[in-house]
Amino acid sequence: MLLQLHQSRESRGATTSSPSTPRSPADQTSVPDVRLTGLTRRYGDFTAVDSIDLDVRQGEFFTMLGPSGSGKTTTLKMIAGFEQPDAGKVELGGQDVSGLAPYARSVNTVFQDYALFPHMTVSANIEYGLSIAKIPKSDRAERRTEALRMVRLEGHGDRKPNELSGGQRQRVALARAIVNRPRVLLLDEPLGALDLKLREQMQVELKQIQSEVGITFIYVTHDQDEALTMSDRIAVFNEGRIEQLSSPRDLYEHPANEFVAGFVGVSNAIERDGKKLTIRPEKIRLIGEGDPTDGLVTERGEITESAYVGMVTRVKVELEQGGAVQVALQNTESEAEPGGRVGQKVVVGWRPEHAVSIQQGERTQSVQLEEENVS
Amino acid sequence: MTFTPLTRNLLRVAVAITLAFIYIPLLIILLYSMNPEQTLSWPPESLTLEWFPKAIQDQAARDALWNSVKVGAAATSIALVLGTLASLAVARHKFFGRESITFLVLIPIALPGIVTGIALNATFTQVFDMKLTLFTVIVAHATFCIVIVFNNAAARLRRMSTTLEDASADLGATPWTTFRRVTLPNMRSALVAGGLLAFALSFDEIVVTNFTIGAGDQTLPIYIFNTLFRPNQPGKVYAVAVIAILLSMIPVYIANRLTKEESVTASGAGAGTPIPEP
Repeated sequence: MLLQLHQSRESRGATTSSPSTPRSPADQTSVPDVRLTGLTRRYGDFTAVDSIDLDVRQGEFFTMLGPSGSGKTTTLKMIAGFEQPDAGKVELGGQDVSGLAPYARSVNTVFQDYALFPHMTVSANIEYGLSIAKIPKSDRAERRTEALRMVRLEGHGDRKPNELSGGQRQRVALARAIVNRPRVLLLDEPLGALDLKLREQMQVELKQIQSEVGITFIYVTHDQDEALTMSDRIAVFNEGRIEQLSSPRDLYEHPANEFVAGFVGVSNAIERDGKKLTIRPEKIRLIGEGDPTDGLVTERGEITESAYVGMVTRVKVELEQGGAVQVALQNTESEAEPGGRVGQKVVVGWRPEHAVSIQQGERTQSVQLEEENVS
Repeated sequence: MTFTPLTRNLLRVAVAITLAFIYIPLLIILLYSMNPEQTLSWPPESLTLEWFPKAIQDQAARDALWNSVKVGAAATSIALVLGTLASLAVARHKFFGRESITFLVLIPIALPGIVTGIALNATFTQVFDMKLTLFTVIVAHATFCIVIVFNNAAARLRRMSTTLEDASADLGATPWTTFRRVTLPNMRSALVAGGLLAFALSFDEIVVTNFTIGAGDQTLPIYIFNTLFRPNQPGKVYAVAVIAILLSMIPVYIANRLTKEESVTASGAGAGTPIPEP
């Protein structure tokens, strides 16, 4: 089904390079699809976006991750043209678009509330951009059919948005944007209103669609799992600035500072020999009697909290040398009783390379079991 | 909300009394329109339908009705254009004095008709030195018709997510195209409802009309008022009144229906309450 879309792109002389193979994110062509330089937006005294520099590569799945109020959505709106920067500029494919209205920019947006036109059918919604661009009727119908097929909504074209479920509306919003073949697709927390199961399913589908059509995606979310699952690169936003920009793996394994460590995953920040270290909970194990400890850093402690969350049991261990770490104990088939009683004296161990040295961030999320239960 | 049986019965009685207050006088007009006597007397001794054909054939009544329709249609049209523009300005743009303008637009509906009447009369005849005609009535009626349209349109715009307009712009539409293809269609039922109410209001109006109409012209309410206390054929005037009641009901009924349908669609279209995936 997706192949057909590509054939039609090619036959109409689409400008993208080699549409039959998805462009690799690492394939760095001369001009970035989106370049932000010194981008700044203030509301009164509050600086929502504070001089951001950013290059988004062609065909990349790029995520802006951060807590609410961190400036990620404002940045997205400035790329789309709904917000005007106070300073700095937005370039799309090398062209400065800072002063242009949204309708003059070759980007399309999937809105958080979908923003489907309630008085139009699904088909009319999807064809809206094409009809504005004065694409001939027959081409429009063809492209609409392709788009509907791509989001697996064949046969729903005559429905009105209010006859669709949340997940279906989300797909229509995606089809309506993607059918225009924009240079860049902006997605503003598009899965936020969906329940967990559907969200996970849509994450996979979105990623699939993105790599098939080869359009650059800029995805805004506050959900770290979503970001890690889908992205080629992630920019972590905090207080209007980018704290770290790297691949999901680097972000998780080598957080640049305490904020990133705390926001992406659970941060076990401890101080040893005057250095701040962070160790992910799954990299720490409880060491039983007679277990080998070769090459491990070991410390004594006591379990002070324990929470069973299905696949793992999360325990908090107060360390004798100061600080506390969260440890994720796998509930494997081999052990009937995985342990993790509150009050239990334990020895914890980790490989030295898993204790990552971090810069001291301004804010940190402390190790608390309640917070983690959400994710 | 649930009520105790006592509360429920009290509410029923209250509704019954309210409806009685509104509709018993109307029933009396209906009875009078069927009174064959030359003078009014209560209760009528017999009933007849002879006044209705006479009322329909009365040239003065027909002219008055036609004038009322013309005035209502013209005043409503002006109100639809200006009221829509005002609502867009207030609901979609931030500017200095926005709240004051909202307030100023709403005032005419609260002003006593007699004040509006003498004010407009003085303006037309003294300041602009105009002859009072149906045109002056139209302008006068437009002042309060705008309020109705503005109110309906502004309420709709406040409920309508601005991301619809953002989405349209995002898909390449200029502001004018967005207005034509997204904003206006979503305001349509509110505008129809507002327009119909405005028309009904204009159709009924007598005080302001009295101060702004030319000597030779009559609208339907003016005709009824002028003819009612003449000694001959009171039943005919009442028959005209009954016809006027029936005609007034049509736009109100349609407006009511449209507003209801709207609220159903509006609540169904939001993303807030997704239907579970099948």
